[in-house]
Amino acid sequence: MGVIRRHGQFVIRVNPILCDGFGHCAELAPEIIHLDEWGYPVIDPTPIPLADVGALTSARYAERGCPRQALFIERLPDSETR
Amino acid sequence: MIPPRSLPRLFAGSSDRPNSLAQHHEIFGGSTRVANPLEELRASGLLGRGGAGFPTAKKVELLRSQRGHHKFVVVNAMEGEPAAHKDFRLLSTNPHLVLEGAEALANLIGADRIAVCVARDNPTLVNHVERAVHERARQNSRGPAIDLHTPPWRYIAGEESALVNWLDGRESLPQFRRHKPSILHIGRGAALVDNAETCANVALITRYGAEWYRTLGTTGHPGSTVVSVTGAVVRPTVLEVNVGTPLRSILESARADTSPQAVLLGGYGGVWVGPELLDAPYANDVLGERGLSVGAGIVVALPRAACGLVESHRVVRWMAHESARQCGPCAFGLPAIAEDLAQVIRGGRDGVSARTRLEQRCASVEGRGACRHPDGVIRFVRSALTVFATDLDHHLAGAPCAGARSRQRYLAVPSLEKEEELVWE
Repeated sequence: MGVIRRHGQFVIRVNPILCDGFGHCAELAPEIIHLDEWGYPVIDPTPIPLADVGALTSARYAERGCPRQALFIERLPDSETR
Repeated sequence: MIPPRSLPRLFAGSSDRPNSLAQHHEIFGGSTRVANPLEELRASGLLGRGGAGFPTAKKVELLRSQRGHHKFVVVNAMEGEPAAHKDFRLLSTNPHLVLEGAEALANLIGADRIAVCVARDNPTLVNHVERAVHERARQNSRGPAIDLHTPPWRYIAGEESALVNWLDGRESLPQFRRHKPSILHIGRGAALVDNAETCANVALITRYGAEWYRTLGTTGHPGSTVVSVTGAVVRPTVLEVNVGTPLRSILESARADTSPQAVLLGGYGGVWVGPELLDAPYANDVLGERGLSVGAGIVVALPRAACGLVESHRVVRWMAHESARQCGPCAFGLPAIAEDLAQVIRGGRDGVSARTRLEQRCASVEGRGACRHPDGVIRFVRSALTVFATDLDHHLAGAPCAGARSRQRYLAVPSLEKEEELVWE
């Protein structure tokens, strides 16, 4: 799944209007996403480095596995946290 | 024409009928304009009066930099808050001031269309605005075209993206915006959405300039503002006040209860404040230090006889009902929060657990909707829990206050369509 990037970070975001609470994302990316009591995703807002291949891979699985295509990965520049 | 030295500014020349175009020119003086309106707008430091308090000049610059031939100016006079009457009062006093401001904004951003949005549930206001729009169209055929739009009234229909959705031919539901600040589009044209009061202020600035405008108000929040006072008042009042006036004197001049139990600032998505803040100046820059804001200019005085928690619960229940039900956390979370609050009020052992659950749910729902509706409700609930803390303890101990037992209610909350069915399937 693409090259490993050393720089930059990412966060997963959800379009809450599209989201219907299927819950696939929490199974595909359990380290980033968990579900609330109604089955809608609660996403960890802290940016994850793009170099973390495991997290990025599961984030991509979650993004592509969403039946409503409600998730998207947003890349942030490194400088935002420094 | 010498500009008015003091108040009233927005309500100048008010009578029992809306001022005609001729009267408008008489009151505000011919058609003199400042040389550089954008510069004046920037210097004036005008904050948007729709609730968010975003600097209008920044918004105008953002829209000005957009390409495209068909931009829109949307005048938002939807007035979703049941406790607000300021757009109604403004448009039935000086409708031409609002329209003139909208025209000035249209000239600034290069828009060729103005959409004035008024809820169709208020036929008086629709009539007033319709008459003013026709009068303007008759007298000067040049300039941007003004259309009147009348979406059905909903709390959420006044949210800017919902309004733009409606104008674009869709249902009036809020949109999800990936990036903020984002630009809303009607068709392919960028739209500048501004509150009616903001437009009226823009008209005054383009007439008399920033220096005159800044003679009232505080440095961070200049000008005058319109406040709707309801609750423990002789009758619901709309006042134009100098920004920075202490809250107590606003209540005094509205003939409201001057020693209330608490005051609700900024409407039903706003914050309860206790009586210790009554002497705080009513201005965004001062209140902002305490995490408060004037919001859409709504002040509700809660008398000592009332129970703040019961009143809050009524509001939260209604707000949960008014959710657009697009986003799960809002559609399910807000009814759950309302139900928790009801259980807290009932008290007992269930009340104690409901209180912790309420706080957890507030934390989990916050910031997870497409619009700010759930955030507003949560802010409201949290402030209610802190301001009415002693009352809350009494309720939890099973000894509710007298206000909860009486039948008298003070906050204006429309009745629910389906009383029993709050949870949406």
